[in-house]
Amino acid sequence: MADLSCEFLGIKSPNPFWLASAPPTDKAYNVHRAFEAGWGGAVWKTLGEDPPIVNVSGPRYSAIHSNDRRVIGFNNIELITDRPLQTNLDEIRQIKRDWPDRAVVVSVMLPMNEQTWAKYLPMIEDTGADAFELNFGCPHGMSERGMGAAVGQVPEYIQMAAEWAKSAASIPVIVKLTPNVANILPPAKAAKDGGADAVSLINTINSIMRVDYDSLTMYPATDGMGTHGGYCGEAVKPIALNMVAEIARTKETSGMPISGIGGITDWRDAVDFLALGASNVQVCTAAMVSGFKIIDDLTDGLSTFLDDKGMSAVSELVGRAVPSVTDWQYLNLNYVEKAVIDQDLCIKCGRCHVVCEDTSHQAITHTVNGERRFEVIDEECVGCNLCVSVCPVDRCITMRQLTGGKDPRTGVEISDEKLNWTHHPNNPMRQQD
Amino acid sequence: MTKRAPDVRSARLSREEIDRNFADLHPPLRRPEALIAADRCYFCFDAPCTIACPTGIDIPAFIQKIRSDNIRGSARTILEENIMGGMCARVCPTEVLCEEACVRNTHEDKPVEIGLLQRYATDPVLAARTQLFERAPSTGKRAAVVGGGPAGLSCAHRLAMLGHDVVVFSRDDKPGGLNEYGIAAYKTVDDFAQSEVDYILAIGGIEVKNGVSIGEDVTLDSLCKDFDAVFVGVGLGSVNSLGLDDESLSGVESAIDYIAELRQTDDKSALPVGQNVVVVGGGMTAIDIAVQSKRLGAERVDIVYRRGPEQMGASEFERHLAQINGVTIHHWAAPRRLIGNDHVSGIEFERTKLGTEGRLTTTGETMRFAADVVFKAIGQRLADEPIGSSIETERGRIVVDDEQRTSLENVWAGGDCVLGGDDLTVSAVQHGKVAAISIDRHLTEDTAWPT
Repeated sequence: MADLSCEFLGIKSPNPFWLASAPPTDKAYNVHRAFEAGWGGAVWKTLGEDPPIVNVSGPRYSAIHSNDRRVIGFNNIELITDRPLQTNLDEIRQIKRDWPDRAVVVSVMLPMNEQTWAKYLPMIEDTGADAFELNFGCPHGMSERGMGAAVGQVPEYIQMAAEWAKSAASIPVIVKLTPNVANILPPAKAAKDGGADAVSLINTINSIMRVDYDSLTMYPATDGMGTHGGYCGEAVKPIALNMVAEIARTKETSGMPISGIGGITDWRDAVDFLALGASNVQVCTAAMVSGFKIIDDLTDGLSTFLDDKGMSAVSELVGRAVPSVTDWQYLNLNYVEKAVIDQDLCIKCGRCHVVCEDTSHQAITHTVNGERRFEVIDEECVGCNLCVSVCPVDRCITMRQLTGGKDPRTGVEISDEKLNWTHHPNNPMRQQD
Repeated sequence: MTKRAPDVRSARLSREEIDRNFADLHPPLRRPEALIAADRCYFCFDAPCTIACPTGIDIPAFIQKIRSDNIRGSARTILEENIMGGMCARVCPTEVLCEEACVRNTHEDKPVEIGLLQRYATDPVLAARTQLFERAPSTGKRAAVVGGGPAGLSCAHRLAMLGHDVVVFSRDDKPGGLNEYGIAAYKTVDDFAQSEVDYILAIGGIEVKNGVSIGEDVTLDSLCKDFDAVFVGVGLGSVNSLGLDDESLSGVESAIDYIAELRQTDDKSALPVGQNVVVVGGGMTAIDIAVQSKRLGAERVDIVYRRGPEQMGASEFERHLAQINGVTIHHWAAPRRLIGNDHVSGIEFERTKLGTEGRLTTTGETMRFAADVVFKAIGQRLADEPIGSSIETERGRIVVDDEQRTSLENVWAGGDCVLGGDDLTVSAVQHGKVAAISIDRHLTEDTAWPT
């Protein structure tokens, strides 16, 4: 079995799975249970100034379920820790003593003045914590008070706070980014410019889950009123992956270590984050849905995967897929694929036909020689992958590359040469060379 | 064969045991089960299940509505094509209809549980008596429906919906036909057949006259005079005989009659049950009487059918049901002789085989079964005095066209009594519906009767 132990900013942990700063890491009791279960590290639930904030004594979470009640998306309105600072500091100190081989990072959120950062960070560092994570991501409650996402949405504030943190701390500083921005690169660059050692992302996404169908009021609600929360869980993973990959592949931000967060539910999700540039991952919702035992599938699955790939360390996986991510304008427009339906696997449900007929290119038959039969019409198929996406049978519909000859749809000879939009004759701004 | 006194008696099992034996054969799905079962539907294009449904229910549509918690909408989708969707959910041989067609069978051998889902959607609506359909403005036209079974009630309901007034003439004490008198008790518990009849009649515009037999109490001629249209759905009144001597021996009984008695009794433990029961036949009724006899406490129950398993009218599911209930099915044997003086004590069969051109021939080899009761379950035929001699019949069944029109002007027919009827509730419902739509067209448009 491949060894999963790894280092992030020089912080060692037995595996790349840390619990994200969230309710599972609010108390020594929980973190102790997590480490017993095998988690590699924990980012302590965000500390703030005393007196502590107050949470609602009512619904803080809600979920989007599948019909068998699997949690697909998850929402919360919980704020940072609501316990006294000293209690948290004592517990962090004890946990680090008891679990010296695990990463213990402390998340902090403080008002935007340098004195406060200079006052609190040394106190926290004194616990023996391995690093700080600056919470510039929380999209609810704290952002109304000028912290959390309110900072993370303004690159200048990120840079300023990162500088304050770096000057007050001697341990590494990670900046946790909010996805509630149009472009993740300016915040990431600001963190780097402020001296941050790494970024972690994503925090949760602004969200309202639904209404109550009886009362037609927002759900969930506190005494009849609701407020937007932060969305997470497996539904948000693609959003997170895009942001991680953007940072990893952009010259100004690449090279900065990334701790990947967002909907990691099983080991394959971790592979996605690592291959797209994260050096380790943080998990919250999967643990909140399944308990800490889920770590066994995460570590065992990742280790088995590395074995299958002939890799001996997580680091060999990190960033492997980054070179395959590019801008649309660089995609090869001479490349042609057609869908192919394996008639032996086809169960004749006809979903490919109806979605192609209704919403795409009318490229799949429903009847051939009077028989119910679904075949791709190459003359119409644009290779869009919709049929592959909706087919209920795994690998029944696959994509086949056309090499040589003409594309039956366009009548154009298929060229081996690559041609992207930057040089395409239809592009009035094309580069001439 | 040893001589012994016939052993036919009641209370072979306690009332509690019998209650247990006659509980719901397929208990209804609970909500979590239904949601997961519904999730398995692929929402197929031009869905094979819908094509396989004799009433053409849009099955993917009603299942999608279960998934989205729109149960009333789901029931409407079902009932607008099949007003007896509740009963059909219980008694349809789904394994040879919708569920056989389900594309899930290709890789999983486990279709979507369409029958159970249909019950899940319709039960609450029927229990709450929620009317989902309104009557159209009155047309002032009147239709007579002869027969209170599935075909007649389906026709009556659709006619009432379309604004016509309907009088249903039912031979029995209460309407429902075979749903009330013929279906195995464990398939329709808690008096569901009557609840469904009540639901159907609640649309209004339907008057039911019970205890009225066509040919005896009213004639087709008089109905044709008194009504604008007549629908005949009288089923098959007479039970085929075995064609043997001594069929009048006590203990030689009609399966249909026994099941009717079983369905109507308040205390099944009071029914007389033989120790050794032999059932002659190979259809659903043969299975129903065999399994119910076993569940009433018969010690040994044998079904004897003159052909092979492939030719049996009973589906594979029904045959399996018989087997897991301890019934033995024997193939390739035809009844030759009833044994006994006053009461039957046994029955002799002769082995059969397929001869040339698929004709059944006998082999001369005989076999005997001890029997305290012999049930005849070899099919039914149109009553001897049906509905007027002028109506065209073929092989004992009324001939109809694709709109269920008979040879007599303004007379429609459907259900088991027509040629092409297949002894299924769902087909009878479709006949009634198709006839009602045709009747409506004839009553509201100037349409010539086909010659």
